[in-house]
Amino acid sequence: MEEAIVIIGAGQAACQAIMSLRAEGYEGPITLIGEENYAPYQRPPLSKKFLAGEIGYDRVELKAESFYAESGVTAYWGTRATEIDRRAKRVLTNDGRYHPYSKLLLATGAQVREINVPGFELEGIHYLRNIEDVHAIQAGFKPGARMVIVGGGYIGLEVAAVAKKRGIDVTVLETADRVMARVVDPIVSHFYERLHREAGVTLRTGVTVSGFEGEGKVAAVVSGEGERFACDIVLVGIGVIPNTDLAHEAGLEVANGIAVDACARTSDPDICAAGDCTSHPNDIYGHKLRLESVHNAIEQAKTAAASLVGKEKPYNQVPWFWSDQYDVKLQIAGLSTGYTDAVVRGDPESGKSFAVFYLKDGQLLAVDAINRAPEFMMGKILVAQKAALDPARIKDESISVKELVAK
Amino acid sequence: MTKITFVEHDGTEHTIDAAEGTTLMEAATKNSVPGIDADCGGACACATCMVYVPAEWKDKLEAIDTMEETMLDFCEHSDENSRLSCQIKVTADMDGMRITMPESQH
Repeated sequence: MEEAIVIIGAGQAACQAIMSLRAEGYEGPITLIGEENYAPYQRPPLSKKFLAGEIGYDRVELKAESFYAESGVTAYWGTRATEIDRRAKRVLTNDGRYHPYSKLLLATGAQVREINVPGFELEGIHYLRNIEDVHAIQAGFKPGARMVIVGGGYIGLEVAAVAKKRGIDVTVLETADRVMARVVDPIVSHFYERLHREAGVTLRTGVTVSGFEGEGKVAAVVSGEGERFACDIVLVGIGVIPNTDLAHEAGLEVANGIAVDACARTSDPDICAAGDCTSHPNDIYGHKLRLESVHNAIEQAKTAAASLVGKEKPYNQVPWFWSDQYDVKLQIAGLSTGYTDAVVRGDPESGKSFAVFYLKDGQLLAVDAINRAPEFMMGKILVAQKAALDPARIKDESISVKELVAK
Repeated sequence: MTKITFVEHDGTEHTIDAAEGTTLMEAATKNSVPGIDADCGGACACATCMVYVPAEWKDKLEAIDTMEETMLDFCEHSDENSRLSCQIKVTADMDGMRITMPESQH
């Protein structure tokens, strides 16, 4: 058959893949199928400057409107892929069309994990993943409003910071005994708890939500212990799950994400996958990763594009993440899972600047840098090198981060 | 609109119309200038949008801040003309500016 590349999903990975496919010299047709009514845009600002109203759509869209046509892309916005027919090599969409492919890219992303407790359907309970979600939240984002945030992760805490600045009365409820428990050491969790409490946020840990109350519209969040938190608006931020249904139904290997190799190829050689939806190998850590990050979407999409045109550009990088809350920038280099020592550089108890180095038997796994760009940048380099570090040198701020590896 | 020319490492030139008030990074990525990754979308968190601004244009730009300076200090290809394009607001004074780009952002 004639060559034709179809991309399912229209987020950051899809957008990068289009650029990379053309850069790799692919000249055939590209079809882009996106569920949202928007061309690819940046998601990270949605819970930050975009929610705050500091920037609009024009500052989050990734490309000028003309880009897709100019790049030879036939884009279907507001369209959902319903089936991948691998035998006939075509994708069916909910508008009744089918799209033949010689090669297919799955960039399906992730969806929010929904809370399934009584009252979940009440008006005023929001999630935050898409532009439309933010518009819905903004409608209730008024000074003096009472907002309860379910979940003390990145999304919940970033929204708390924006809401507090807006003059909203904010309560954060977290099931675990500390915030951001999935990604950082207790030292960092406790710093963020202090930061939010000092800003006036009511922060409660060890609280499980058992239901929502209200007449049509949410009026209170109820905890497992029967405590009621009166509110006008609720945001639920309890994580995301990868969109793997299409891949699974098509018989592709799925295991905590669409399984791909280092070249972003799925178990079908004509199908690649990239971004939040994938589970991929990583040589630095020696096990499979599923990441929710822009960096992963971009870099894996570059790899996928190469594979789609028959080249090999394996993806093997240090993951990194960031979060902006108030005037504090958190930058994370690497993944700390499995660490044996958390070594602190700087003072987390006072001020707003320190870093935590995560070691496993002496080898650096990750760095959490709180308003510490040097530690973050050096951390990325050292994690890639699988550097062995001496905790005493990490703690000694008279030694520059560039000299952390003893000569 | 302000005309700005991006010169790739291999000499390929891209002249674009940048809207005042946006950043050089945004203008470049939206106009598909290759080689500016801008992973973080302009949060000064990643240092993957580095460019070289020739000395004669430096006065037309806002001064570099500590955060940007620190990030640049760790970029593999940075030199004394390096800037992060996400931290440069486009102004009318920059009309005609030519900036060059590194071999890679990593």
